[in-house]
Amino acid sequence: MTTLATIALGTADVGFRGRILALDMQRAQGAGLPGAELERRLIELGFVEGATVELLHQGLFGGDPIAVRVAATTIALRRREAMAVMVSHEAMP
Amino acid sequence: MNGPLDVAPPLAASASVSGNVAPVVALVGNPNCGKTALFNALTGSRQKVANYPGVTVEKKVGQLATPAGRAIKVIDLPGTYSLRARSPDEEITRDVVLGRLATEATPDLVICVADASNLRLALRLALELKRVGRPILLSLNMMDIARKRGIEIDLERLSRALGVPVVSSVAVRRGGIDALLAEIDRALGDLPATAPANWHAPDAAELRGAQHEADRLLKLAVRKEGRLDPGTARADAIVLHPVAGLALLLAILFVMFQAVFAWAQPVMNLISDAFTWFGALVGSAPLPELLRSFLKDGVIAGVGSVVVFLPQIVILFFFILLLEDLGYMARAAFLMDRIMGGAGLHGRAFIPLLSSFACAIPGIMATRVIDDRRDRLTTILVAPLMTCSARIPVYTLIISAFVPNREVWGFVGLQGLVMFGLYAAGILGALAVSFVAKRLFWRSKASEPFMLELPDYKLPQIKSLALGISARAMAFLKRAGTTILSMMILIWVLASFPQPPAGAAGPAINYSLAAMIGHAIEPVTRLLGFNWQINVALIPGMAAREVAVGALGTIYSIDGGAEAADKIGQVLAGQWSLATALALLAWYIFAPQCASTLAVIRRETGSWKWMAVTFFYMLALAYVAALIVFQTAVALGAG
Repeated sequence: MTTLATIALGTADVGFRGRILALDMQRAQGAGLPGAELERRLIELGFVEGATVELLHQGLFGGDPIAVRVAATTIALRRREAMAVMVSHEAMP
Repeated sequence: MNGPLDVAPPLAASASVSGNVAPVVALVGNPNCGKTALFNALTGSRQKVANYPGVTVEKKVGQLATPAGRAIKVIDLPGTYSLRARSPDEEITRDVVLGRLATEATPDLVICVADASNLRLALRLALELKRVGRPILLSLNMMDIARKRGIEIDLERLSRALGVPVVSSVAVRRGGIDALLAEIDRALGDLPATAPANWHAPDAAELRGAQHEADRLLKLAVRKEGRLDPGTARADAIVLHPVAGLALLLAILFVMFQAVFAWAQPVMNLISDAFTWFGALVGSAPLPELLRSFLKDGVIAGVGSVVVFLPQIVILFFFILLLEDLGYMARAAFLMDRIMGGAGLHGRAFIPLLSSFACAIPGIMATRVIDDRRDRLTTILVAPLMTCSARIPVYTLIISAFVPNREVWGFVGLQGLVMFGLYAAGILGALAVSFVAKRLFWRSKASEPFMLELPDYKLPQIKSLALGISARAMAFLKRAGTTILSMMILIWVLASFPQPPAGAAGPAINYSLAAMIGHAIEPVTRLLGFNWQINVALIPGMAAREVAVGALGTIYSIDGGAEAADKIGQVLAGQWSLATALALLAWYIFAPQCASTLAVIRRETGSWKWMAVTFFYMLALAYVAALIVFQTAVALGAG
């Protein structure tokens, strides 16, 4: 398994697979919530370090919102908030 | 229809505050975990099961007797991911669990309900509930689905590691909850002395720690977790496709409205014939003239003209409930988020607004799932613009009287097309109003995030679907029998008294109170092309929109003789110009013609101000729209 790059989930394309490295509220300045609250909501929906993510679907306009498989759950969110989720791109075995 | 949608009987909160009373068991769980299905299985209570997160808006209470003969009270709490409540719904869950609600006894036992095929987030919630310090047990629901997907869960191991009893259940199958009942009995058998709740809102570090702990438990006790349900994946490839998905959504909405108009027709004809026959029977009965007129023109014609729309309401609710139970509603919110966001609405507003097509009251109540107050207010403001089922009788009447029944482009009924256009006008109006409201009232704030779980698709349970539809049909009939009937009687009185002087010329109604009211406001409505008969019908229409149809029937029937009641539409076509009919349609798209909706807005916003804002902006829109339509139509020669 090779780690290729670290990117924000908010910039990923459909089909992207990876693993969550960190939650960085500094990256989601445009989000509709203060950082501390956004971080807690993301964690409550399963976005924690180490969880696998896969970008399944995106909307028609601006590729927004996105549907993300986080471990065993599918979550819909906007790219603006997904910017806070730092992920490593993994080549799947 | 204006009656509340929620059909669970409001069981009185039994006084378990003192003395030897039934133990209280609370069901807590993530949205979509099958909690409501489990509640139904436990209590046999009649209410709906749905897939959209947050549909369990009302608190639901039921009674049951355990195998050991213990009588207990079960509370079904709104779904949540955490006790850290973010919406009014979730606050109720938190406050009941923590025993903070003065009206509710603190639960003796908390059952954390989890979807066995989607355990990860539920386990974190279970850990949080455990920290509260009350007796708790974990019920793994939908075990059959999990097993079918090859997920193996070691219940004993999970229970040991979690430090909480774990049982499996299949809420939708007979006998699927025996283990749970036994465990409830066991847990209630040796209750510890109630300790004060020990909980504080967790910060990010605590939440993170809890999720890591949940992941550890998952690894320990569950095998083959994490695969996406293949059926859901295949369906979503189309349903959530950026282009195909939107096309499908539009197609579903279009089929829905064509069906409401076309499929219902044969049954509607039957009902209409039955009332006509019954009216004729009473009309020839040896009764005093005044009583005969009251029964035939007031009661039978009035109620019949509303009951005839029952088939359309049943079909509409069939679609809404089916899509909800399937799990499609959350997908629709996903597809609509960006489009609605452009108009200043939150993606989550899609469900309340879609419910408003049935009735604005449940729609406005469903806005409780929107976390942000301003997003919620915007949604409440525009919800009454969605074409509710109470408008259908009025639309149907006018369309069938004035729009020719023919096909355009070879396959689309023109009448259905006009109906679709009226719905579209309501939607566009709502988008425009929310766009303006967002900029007028609260322009500075970035919009609330859209975060929503997309649950796996589930086959709707026919029984639950049937129960949901029949409960709504009953609510409609009950309204027809109470509110609407009393309004009909009021109209009949207004239209019949005072009686004309002996030897007076012209129809009797010209001398009645109704005519006086209608004439009095005619100067204001003349610009819209409304005659005094329409004005008379609009006034009781405030109680319920559909009453206007019955009112027109009463007015024109008394005015034009017995046979007119059977064919209100034909009479209207003869009495009104096309411009008037179109103006009335335009009026009905926007007018605040429903006192119950206004009352609910007052209750949900907690302020008279928002009720007044809604009333006056809608009235202004309706007047302007009808004015423009009428004057344009007259200018084009349809006057």
